Amino acid sequence: MSGLVDILSWACLVAGAVFSVIGTVGLIRMPDFYTRVHAASVTDTVGAGLLLVGMMLQAGFTLVTVKLIIIGLLILFTSPTATHALCKAALMRGLKPLLADGEAPSKR
Amino acid sequence: MFTAAAAGLLVALAMALVRAVRGPSVFDRVLAANTIGTLSLMLLSVIGFLTGRPEFLDLAIIYGLLNVIGTIAVLKFFRFGDLGEPGSEGTGR
Repeated sequence: MSGLVDILSWACLVAGAVFSVIGTVGLIRMPDFYTRVHAASVTDTVGAGLLLVGMMLQAGFTLVTVKLIIIGLLILFTSPTATHALCKAALMRGLKPLLADGEAPSKR
Repeated sequence: MFTAAAAGLLVALAMALVRAVRGPSVFDRVLAANTIGTLSLMLLSVIGFLTGRPEFLDLAIIYGLLNVIGTIAVLKFFRFGDLGEPGSEGTGR
């Protein structure tokens, strides 16, 4: 039973790290600001969530798990708020999205 | 296995730092700073487990709170021109 929980938590930790790397690869390679926002959201949701679940499985029913749940709730509430404010501020300052051909291209 | 997760998070932090340096607009840099904040939050938690010291989780909570306050403050500054009155748009442009 303990070995199964260990295997599950290690899988969650490795998958969380891999998703974090995938999100930042998208942050580098995406062509436009708004697509970069999309790529960065992978890091904030799946990457952080899987890492937290892996650490919770290692900790068991202790105070550490409560703190990890608090960190997870903090990320889940503040990350969409920050992303929404970021995109709204970028639109208000006149940053155009990159559209399909035939439309006006964005300033990269 | 915590070492592998910490190494992956360090690689992700380096790539987010590349975007923060290269970012063409200021919003790219703010987005990269936000991502770096989340990644370092997770790195603090993983290091707490790696060294067996759960005090690092309290540091991670404080870091997350400071991260969101910093992001919102910077965005409000770049959108409205100052931090004081939300109605006075266009004063500091």
